[in-house]
Amino acid sequence: MISGDFNLVLPEVIIALYAMAALMFGVYTGKDLVAAKINTATALVFVAVAVWIGFGPGGAHTAFGGLFINDAFARFAKVTVLLSGAAVLLVGQEYMVKRDMLRFEYPVLVALSVVGMMIMVSAGDLMALYMGLELQSLALYVLASFRRDNEKSTEAGMKYFVLGALSSGLLLYGASLTYGFAGTTLFSGIIQTVHAGQMSMGLLFGLVFLISGMAFKVSAVPFHMWTPDVYEGSPTPVTAFFATAPKVAAMAMIARVVVGAFGTAPGDWGQIIALLSVASMYLGAVAAIGQKDIKRLMAYSSISHMGFAMMGLAAGTAGGIKAMLIYMAIYVTMNVGTFAFILSMEKDGQPVTEIAALKMYSKRAPLKALALLVLMFSLAGVPPMLGFFGKFYVLQAAVDANMTWLAILGAVASVIGAFYYLRIVFYMYFGEDAEGVDAGGMGAVAWTFLMVSAVVMVLGIVNMFGVEALAQAAAVALVH
Amino acid sequence: MTVAAFAFYMFSIVAVAAGLFVVTAKNPVHSVLWLILAFLSSAGLFVLLGAEFVAMLLIIVYVGAVAVLFLFVVMMLDVDFAELKAEMSKYMPLALLIGVILLMQFFMVLGVWHASDAAEGLRQAVTPDLGQVQNTKALGLLLYDKYVFLFMISALILLVAMIGAIVLTMRHRKSVKRQNVLHQMWRDPAAAMELHDVKPGQGL
Repeated sequence: MISGDFNLVLPEVIIALYAMAALMFGVYTGKDLVAAKINTATALVFVAVAVWIGFGPGGAHTAFGGLFINDAFARFAKVTVLLSGAAVLLVGQEYMVKRDMLRFEYPVLVALSVVGMMIMVSAGDLMALYMGLELQSLALYVLASFRRDNEKSTEAGMKYFVLGALSSGLLLYGASLTYGFAGTTLFSGIIQTVHAGQMSMGLLFGLVFLISGMAFKVSAVPFHMWTPDVYEGSPTPVTAFFATAPKVAAMAMIARVVVGAFGTAPGDWGQIIALLSVASMYLGAVAAIGQKDIKRLMAYSSISHMGFAMMGLAAGTAGGIKAMLIYMAIYVTMNVGTFAFILSMEKDGQPVTEIAALKMYSKRAPLKALALLVLMFSLAGVPPMLGFFGKFYVLQAAVDANMTWLAILGAVASVIGAFYYLRIVFYMYFGEDAEGVDAGGMGAVAWTFLMVSAVVMVLGIVNMFGVEALAQAAAVALVH
Repeated sequence: MTVAAFAFYMFSIVAVAAGLFVVTAKNPVHSVLWLILAFLSSAGLFVLLGAEFVAMLLIIVYVGAVAVLFLFVVMMLDVDFAELKAEMSKYMPLALLIGVILLMQFFMVLGVWHASDAAEGLRQAVTPDLGQVQNTKALGLLLYDKYVFLFMISALILLVAMIGAIVLTMRHRKSVKRQNVLHQMWRDPAAAMELHDVKPGQGL
């Protein structure tokens, strides 16, 4: 029994063992001198494991008595998490080497947090979910304050840690109430007791606490307060990581809990998620308008995007889950490209993050400005780009689930949100000429990721590179 | 009232009261001492539940190791707790309001609380039959067999905590001179000393 179980968690085991080996290698050889090598190697391991999971055996299996579920849904989320993690490591490497920030613990911590994310999306039990979540979060707290000699970075880490601990407390309280009602922490057991009888008040209370704790991790309004400060204070490569892989993992985890443990009749949790969704979309869209720092802007942008992804989840149907997964995959691709650009923003060798520094950028670097234009249009959801189709799928899922009001509110929020993305484009093409970001300063790797991401946004509309079929299979695996 | 019920209420009251004093005590050292009392009364509650091993663990690990460690940390830290408390009292009315509302909601939920019919059976299903195996063995079976996956993840979490603590606090001081034993042993008077024949009135 045990060896079969371990075969199923082999990808996680391999990454965990790799992280420990890399740690030992780093400690006993050149310490930070080999950091760049370890960083690249970690990215390659992520890609290799992602390919292995993606092309490996299919089917749905459980291990350790239901604690761990390996199904199409988990595999989709894992591949997305691993690939985005690898991309962020590669994109950020040059930035960190240039600023003498790259230490060999950085890729090790990223690898361990990715193990946590993989456990989160595969969890079949509230305990496994919590352990995965803590493994992920603890590594992220450290990453946020990675520049310990920088006041803002330490502040970001501290804020994230204290609020994260609070949200973990909420989550645990909800889990204990759920256990009190159901007598088991297994999702499969909880759903049986839920279907057997009336939805108890205590269970509903537990569900609310559970969702609150998890909503914190995806920074859904009203649990978003930490996001702008943490995004702004953390080193930019870490911000890029925060905006991609953990978001995918946390969204997948929420879907797993609400659908897997509380049933496909979303009457009880659908309205909670819908409320979070609407609040996130509007706050993200409105609050981003006044931002002058591009990292803070991306923070509000991610809040707004999480609102849209949650709209798919609120529908609660297989179509909704599919839309959510597609949305997350597109969101991650856009963010990798955008952050590749943000990482390269510098003036006289110093990194800048003011949006105003982008004025008339198109004159200095027309190709990069064009790529950023495509990405901004895609983030805003302007029709020919892939980002539009992401939004289209979630809106369609909401309409199909008789939540037309939610879809209309979403469409309006998307129009409001388009303003600040288009303002960046306006600055780049029509703004008054000013001393701004240098045209150079971008390494080959970051340049490649920016261009590939932009090209994907245009070419992806043909068939989405087959992601739609995979997301469909994943959604069906979750919603029986 | 049976002896067990009396003991339960005693331990519970002491645990809650001690918990309250942990957060309200002015002197942080007193807080830690109250915390030890809270741990001890919780250990008593565990004994009443028939979980002797956990009770002993609580005393040995939490009281014996963790609380003493806390005590050391609190004594070493140069934090003006009175100032922190003064800051806190500013927000006290709002915190109290929210706390009271939350408490009322909890009681409302408790009023209509009922567990699922199958809950009791499911709760028993995971633990080995305590009539057959001992307390400690039952715990071991759960921890190292049924939930070995979670046990290993907790090991990883501890690893992350260790790496994090080192990353955030370790500094390599360049100015500190460390002893290099080999270097000292290989020292050779011929190379280490230089003899100069200084002529009178000239200097080096």
